[in-house]
Amino acid sequence: MHLFYVLIYLAETKIFITFIRIFNPFSMNIKEVPQDAAFLKAGKLRDVCYAVDDEGNYTQVLSVGWDPKNEAIRQAWKQINSKSEKIRQKVLDSKLSPLAYHMERGLMNVKILSQYTGFSRWVVRRHMKPCKFNKLSIEELEKYAETLNISIETLKTV
Amino acid sequence: MLLDFSHKMAAHCENGTTRNLLNFYGIKLSEPLIFGIASGCFYSYMPFIRVNDLPVFSFRNLPGIIFKRSTSKLGVSVERMKFSSPAKSKEKLDELIEKGIPAGLLVGVFYLTYFPPEYRFHFNAHNLVVIGKENGRYYVSDPVMENIETLTDKELQRVRFAQGAFPPKGKMYWIRAVPEKIDIETAICRGIKKNCDDMLRIPVPIFGVKGIRYTANRLKSWDARYGEHKASLRLGQFIRALEEIGTGGAGFRFMYAAFLQEAALILNKPVLKDLSVEMTGIGDNWRNFAALGAKNLRDRGVPATPYTELSELLLKIAGREEKVFAELDRIIK
Repeated sequence: MHLFYVLIYLAETKIFITFIRIFNPFSMNIKEVPQDAAFLKAGKLRDVCYAVDDEGNYTQVLSVGWDPKNEAIRQAWKQINSKSEKIRQKVLDSKLSPLAYHMERGLMNVKILSQYTGFSRWVVRRHMKPCKFNKLSIEELEKYAETLNISIETLKTV
Repeated sequence: MLLDFSHKMAAHCENGTTRNLLNFYGIKLSEPLIFGIASGCFYSYMPFIRVNDLPVFSFRNLPGIIFKRSTSKLGVSVERMKFSSPAKSKEKLDELIEKGIPAGLLVGVFYLTYFPPEYRFHFNAHNLVVIGKENGRYYVSDPVMENIETLTDKELQRVRFAQGAFPPKGKMYWIRAVPEKIDIETAICRGIKKNCDDMLRIPVPIFGVKGIRYTANRLKSWDARYGEHKASLRLGQFIRALEEIGTGGAGFRFMYAAFLQEAALILNKPVLKDLSVEMTGIGDNWRNFAALGAKNLRDRGVPATPYTELSELLLKIAGREEKVFAELDRIIK
C-alpha cells in the first residue's frame, strides 16, 4: 500500500514538471518591462526589475514606472488632498487651527506629532483649537514647524 | 574619508545593503541569491495593523530578517545595535567609519531628502549603508538610488530616529568577520526549506498561501461590505504593497524565479529551472492582478473589474504558489 502512495507521489511530481514544460507560460521579457514615467526620473532613481531575456535567463532591467502602480500612488495622494481640503474649510471657519491642516498635509496624526515634538497627545489635541493655537510661544511653534518641515509663517496660514 | 565600496542598485533595499556589505568583504553573491537564502518570498495580510487607517498587506518579512538570515546561513558573524540616545549612535557610527567598516542603517523615509516627495510616506523600514564621512557630510549608498548620495549629520539623525509605526531607533548592523570558505549549497537548500515552511506551514491563516486564500475570500465582498469608495482605497493599498519600492509582490516573485534559476546551476538540479519558469508565470499573474485592480482605483461608481473576478485570480495564484512550494519541498532534502 505504501509503495502505491510513493508511486502516486512520484507520478505527481513528474506530471507537474511535464505540465510546466509543455505549457511554458508567457514570461516577463526584458522588452516588456514597462516604462511609464510619472514620479521617477532616469539618472536619479529607478526601479530595478528582474526579467527574462530571449534565452530565458534572468537579468536586471531598470524601469521608470508602471501605470497601475502610478495609479495607486496617485490615488493615495488624491485621498490625502481631499481630506486636507475638508480640514482647510474647517480652519477657514475657525473651527480648527492651521496646525490640523498642516498635520494632515504632512501625513501625520496626533500620535506621530506628539512623538516628534515631545508634547503629550492631550496637549497636541488642545493645540488643534484656534484659541489655544494663537497663544503658542515662538519656541513651541518652532517645534511644530521643524517637525512638519515648514516655516513658522506657513504654519500660521492655510 | 570615503571607503572603497562598490555601490550597486537593487530591487529591494535590504537585499541591496546585504549584498553590497558582503561584496565589500569579498563574498560575491547576486541579489536573487541573497533573497533566496534569506527566504524572502512571503505573504501576509494583517487586518488588525493599520497604516493610513487601512489594513497592512505585505509581501516581505519583517525588516532586518533578510540580513539576519542570509548572514547566519552563510556563517558570517555580524553585530547589530539599537540606541536610545542619538548622540551615542552618532559616536558609534563615526567610530566604525574611522575603522573603515561600512555600517548598514535602518531608517524612515519621511525625512529622506533625496527621495521623490511622492514616495515620502511614514515608512520606517528602509535600509542604506553609510560608507564615509567628509566635512560633516555622510556618504550614503542607498540601493534604490542610482548614485551615491550625501546627507548632513542632522538629516541622518532625523531619519535614524524617525517616529511612527515600528520606529527604527537608530538600528545599525555591520559585518565583524567572514569565514574563509562559504558553503553556498547548504545555505541555498536551507533557505528554500525555510521558505517552504513560511509559505505552507505557518498555522495562522493570515500568512503564506493560506493568507492569499484568506485575502481572496475577504476581497470578494469588499464592495458590498465597505462600499465602492472604501473598497477601492483598500485595493489601492494592496496594489501599493504589491508594486511599490521595498515591498514589491510581483517583483519578488520574479526575483525568486531568478534565484531558482541560479540555484539550478549551483545545485545542478535542472528541475529548479522548470520551477523558475512556473514562478515567472506566477509573477505575471500578480502583475495581471495589479493591472486589473488598478482600473478600479478611479472612483467611477461601479468597479471596472468585479471584485469576484479579482478574488478568483487570487485563488488561482494561491493554488499555483502552493504547488511550486510543495514541489520545492519535495525536491530539496
